[in-house]
Amino acid sequence: MSLKIVVLAKQVPDTRNVGKDAMTEEGTVNRAALPAIFNPEDLNALEMALHIKDTVPQTEVYVLTMGPVRAGEIIRQSLYRGADGGYVISDRKVAGSDTLATSYTISQGVKKLGKVDLVLAGRQAIDGDTAQVGPQTAEKLEMPQITYAEEVLYVDDKKIRIKRRLERGVEEVECAYPCMVTVGSSAPECRYAIAKQVMKYKNAMTEAEAAEMNLDCTEMFAKKPYLKIGLWNAADIEAEDSRLGLSGSPTKVKKIENVVLTAKESVNVEATEEGLDNLVKELIASHIIG
Amino acid sequence: MGNFYTDNEGLKFHLRHDLMEEIVRLKERDYADKDKYDFAPENYEDAVDSYEKVLEIIGEISSDVLYENAKDVDAEGPRIEENAIIYAKGTQKNHDALKNAGVYGLSLPRQYGGLNFSYVPYVMAAEIVSRVDCGFANIWGLQDCAETIYEFASEEIKNEYLPRINKGDTCSMDLTEPDAGSDLQAVRLKATYDEAAGVWRLNGVKRFITNGDADIKLVLARSEEGTLDGRGLSYFVYDRANKAVTVRRIENKLGIKGSPTAELVFNNAPAQLVGDRKLGLIKYVMSLMNGARLGVGAQSVGLAEAAYREAVKYAHEREQFGKPIADFAQVYEMIGNMRAKTDAIRTLLYETARQVDMCKSLEAISRERKITPEEKQLLKSYSRLADALTPMLKLFSSEYANQITYDCIQVHGGSGFMKDYACERFYRDARILTIYEGTSQLQVVAAIKGVTSGVYAARIKEYEAVEVGGELATMRQTLISLRERYEAVVESAKERLGTAGEAFDFVSRRLVEMAGYLIMCNLLVNDSAKEESFTKSARLMTKLAQSEIEKAAIYVENFDPAILEDYKKML
Repeated sequence: MSLKIVVLAKQVPDTRNVGKDAMTEEGTVNRAALPAIFNPEDLNALEMALHIKDTVPQTEVYVLTMGPVRAGEIIRQSLYRGADGGYVISDRKVAGSDTLATSYTISQGVKKLGKVDLVLAGRQAIDGDTAQVGPQTAEKLEMPQITYAEEVLYVDDKKIRIKRRLERGVEEVECAYPCMVTVGSSAPECRYAIAKQVMKYKNAMTEAEAAEMNLDCTEMFAKKPYLKIGLWNAADIEAEDSRLGLSGSPTKVKKIENVVLTAKESVNVEATEEGLDNLVKELIASHIIG
Repeated sequence: MGNFYTDNEGLKFHLRHDLMEEIVRLKERDYADKDKYDFAPENYEDAVDSYEKVLEIIGEISSDVLYENAKDVDAEGPRIEENAIIYAKGTQKNHDALKNAGVYGLSLPRQYGGLNFSYVPYVMAAEIVSRVDCGFANIWGLQDCAETIYEFASEEIKNEYLPRINKGDTCSMDLTEPDAGSDLQAVRLKATYDEAAGVWRLNGVKRFITNGDADIKLVLARSEEGTLDGRGLSYFVYDRANKAVTVRRIENKLGIKGSPTAELVFNNAPAQLVGDRKLGLIKYVMSLMNGARLGVGAQSVGLAEAAYREAVKYAHEREQFGKPIADFAQVYEMIGNMRAKTDAIRTLLYETARQVDMCKSLEAISRERKITPEEKQLLKSYSRLADALTPMLKLFSSEYANQITYDCIQVHGGSGFMKDYACERFYRDARILTIYEGTSQLQVVAAIKGVTSGVYAARIKEYEAVEVGGELATMRQTLISLRERYEAVVESAKERLGTAGEAFDFVSRRLVEMAGYLIMCNLLVNDSAKEESFTKSARLMTKLAQSEIEKAAIYVENFDPAILEDYKKML
């Protein structure tokens, strides 16, 4: 028996380095102004998938991403770390998707991969912070879901046991396949790129990337088929146009505001047991901690 | 975080040196592996691109993992538990990260699990690692032992041991004994052939063994009973799995604390002969030693780079008398000289590495097929140059690393004397560099031949033949007259003192250093012709060389051997 794992990954603007051009007038993210990176928690998910691949023989790990042409980089980064393959869903029709349209698109992509045992994804992306796409995708795939995963406690080719990191403690759950797991940042960090994989896959790309760079890769793809990264459009994943992109997205951004935090008043706390006690109580009461 | 490869323009410059195309073509045997391995390069550009990408991985791990662990590793150090050496936690993490990234066995051929990189990027990896953790650089650098196995051992031994390197097995080279340090001819550890078991048995003590509890050990031992010199020594490979070596103690050292230095007792330890009997010291160790000396060169340059960066950062942050201390002439002189010296030893490091790279490939090819007379000639000239440059590199780079880490503390002032800043660790780590793998004094003994035979002068004239323009031409003129001065001083010393006696030995360090300044300065001038940013260092070093060469010249010209008696009376 072997396992087939799909990792959902997103290329995101590096919101840890936000400048003043981070948002457009329309209230969407200005992708051109920010460096594009692998969404951090998706890397945790990829690591979990690769860990399972190390544990259960004959496991295959595929990475699925949706985005512009340059999202092919996400697949290359995954191949460098040990993934077996990857696919990019790229189509003008999916632009402007909210979480509903995104999860629909992604679920159609997962279905196209045939029988899948396990879908892994980061808990949330750092550009939207919704944490909705994973669970919504699970619903559309009719898979049970385990969210906030931190650690794989046990795994074989029939089931997986996961430690979940929750606000007030941890929970251990076990689930038979197929299922969906979303992984948080407390899970192990992703391994580094592996030298031989990097050398093997450094020229891997989608046909769209090749076209953008005016490269004719016909010969290269014929000689080394593993260098061709799968590229799907809306028709490839048999998606209904009305459920894609802006038309499939009921969420509308009404207004974007810059919030500048300034210190208005200060509180002096006595450096005594009582003073600290009062401070902690106040912080709990105002839901800052606890 | 950062990346210790991509943030270093000096490395990128040397990776693209003109000779690299030929170096890579030879190493790749005209890209013969391209259809056999999916990760093998198809051409020069492809190969160098792979070098860069893999150096980026090493640069990232160095900056993320090694950098985070360096301070704790220095404080914790290794320990002995149940006759095994346990690395400091950080050391183990460093090793695991590099192992998992598949970067061990960088220069080993692909058939043995390696990446088949040429020697230059391998040395660069060592420099990057050393910039973060000079002690860990030993554990990383001892994969050099695999080179010796690859070059001299039987196919059987190669197949048994070499594939383990890429999987993370560590190595050690066990040479030193209590009574055999610089003088390895005195090695006593006994090797006797066990007919019944069909193996050699090793018995005796080794001391000061870096990474002493390694998985794979190369051991120098006396196989010829009754002999007393180097011709009775052979080289053996021992597998840790045999559990026949006791770790008696780990040394408590001044620096490079993450790198365990052990005293070992071999108890009838089974081992296999590497290559031929009696060639242990005179051929194999000499070859390994040259590699190890170049490794110290890489360590020195990496450490110098780290110290320069710390100093310049601190000098901008620290304010006294109402301005950053970087604005004071005496401070920026120190920092500028640190940068210039670092660039100087780096260009010497990669100049040496390129010669060794050519030698290694040509030698490997000569074992695969009969080489042409032209190739034979090439091998001879590269090999002569590699032999001459290696001790020069070891001497200058390790001495400069000490000066630079010393100045790094000086720039930090009182804070630098405290444990709060990395510079005190750099200073302690630097101290071993002029000592191990042959002291500076022994490097002079090796390098003086290049002075008397004229190898250095001839090479310097080759550098001078490279045409440069503008201000660089003026520097070149200065260097040419300094070279003429050097040659005149050498000739008069040879004539006046003869080359055989103590008097010549006494002045030889000064002569070697004169040649060293000329080599480094000419290399810097030629680098500047290709990359303008090196000009500052070329200018600073040429000024420094001018005064240092003149100083040495005056001393040697006025040297009266009678003064040796005064020195001896003070003993």
